[in-house]
Amino acid sequence: MNDDRPRFTLDDQEVAFTPGQTILEAALAAGTYVPTLCHHPEFAPHGSCKVCTVRVNGRTQSSCTTPAHPGDVVELHSEELDDLRKSLVQLLFTEGNHFCPSCEQSGNCQLQAVGYELGVVSGHFNPLFPTRPVDASHPDVLLDLNRCILCELCVRASAQVDRKSVFALSGRGITKHLVVNAESGRLGDTDLAVEDKAMSVCPVGVILRKRRGFRVPIGERKYDRRPISEVALDEAEGERR
Amino acid sequence: MSGETKKKLRVTTSSLAGCFGCHMSLLDIDERLVELLEHIELDASPLTDKKHVGPCDLGLVEGGLCNAENVRVLRELRKSCKILVALGACAVNGGLPAQRNHLDIRDCLQTVYLTGLGVHRGFIPNDPELPLPLAQVHPLHDVVKIDYFLPGCPPSADAIWQLLTDLIAGRTPQLGHGLIRYD
Ligand code: SF4
Ligand code: SF4
Repeated sequence: MNDDRPRFTLDDQEVAFTPGQTILEAALAAGTYVPTLCHHPEFAPHGSCKVCTVRVNGRTQSSCTTPAHPGDVVELHSEELDDLRKSLVQLLFTEGNHFCPSCEQSGNCQLQAVGYELGVVSGHFNPLFPTRPVDASHPDVLLDLNRCILCELCVRASAQVDRKSVFALSGRGITKHLVVNAESGRLGDTDLAVEDKAMSVCPVGVILRKRRGFRVPIGERKYDRRPISEVALDEAEGERR
Repeated sequence: MSGETKKKLRVTTSSLAGCFGCHMSLLDIDERLVELLEHIELDASPLTDKKHVGPCDLGLVEGGLCNAENVRVLRELRKSCKILVALGACAVNGGLPAQRNHLDIRDCLQTVYLTGLGVHRGFIPNDPELPLPLAQVHPLHDVVKIDYFLPGCPPSADAIWQLLTDLIAGRTPQLGHGLIRYD
């Protein structure tokens, strides 16, 4: 096929892109996995987790928010960038309470899968062990804030798709946390329903459907079978079809 | 093969605030144990019952730090071992025992020994021989330098085998997809 679309350089590779595509989208379409946690193809880029950071013509940028330009020189993998990316993921692990052996999301979790992909074998930093509540007040949904990585995907899904605004972030810096839209502060007093989009977007194990946690056994789950770098490329291809 | 004339690695293993699951997983390398014993000799370990560790090339430590005795043993291991490995989820991030970290230790002891369901005429054990519990459970790298980490609850036998064969060969352990697991 004669592809006369504009191109940029991604590490050692020439990538053709459709004008309007971000660097991350173009890379995925060209078959190169870019690690990310807050990106979701159905939502506008958010650029908050910074795991997809690349160097564009020498400047660090989130590849999910930066449009591709013809002739750009984009660095995705270098020792420095890979190390920085790893540190970001390790910070997320140590800022929350992530005990995967007892987490229902284990095996389907993107934080965990990105950790595997980047070769993260420890939190590296001294863990914070914050005290965060678990809210089981909703009849069908469990909210375990110990694992929230503040990606705002549930916030975006609930506001933009469900039109309910059940979730929001509150506070700043290290005190930033997820809150729900009820005077009592309890999930059970919101109008969240299991069919909501907000129920299916959390990349980690915060918003959990009750009574089905272990329907698929550990070891047979999404990222147990294949690394996220392969799954993400297949999913990106599925969306283009 | 030069390996046959090579000196055997002296290895110590220890279980701190762990459940011995990682040691079971080590034994789970099955018949590869025979091959392993051609390359290593065991110093202090729950498997040898030798209590005090001598100079070692490699230390495998299961479990995190939940009491003062754990910290003392870990420091001794660090002094004795050229390479120290945090083996398993609890050694790496505190694991299951660390889920008490948001609770007050006094409340924990009271609930377990005094007010808990089914406790009659309980008392909080205070024998001077018992090590004092720490206010929080810590991963090993909170206290000493750790050279390599192998997560997993427990790490699979294949992951342990990969780590050991890499270290015996003098390589940095390389664990690909399926061998690095946090659950
Ligand atoms: S949310 Fe993911 S990383 Fe956190 S405990 Fe659960 S499986 Fe592990
Ligand atoms: S609950 Fe999940 S989706 Fe919502 S902000 Fe936290 S990690 Fe993101």
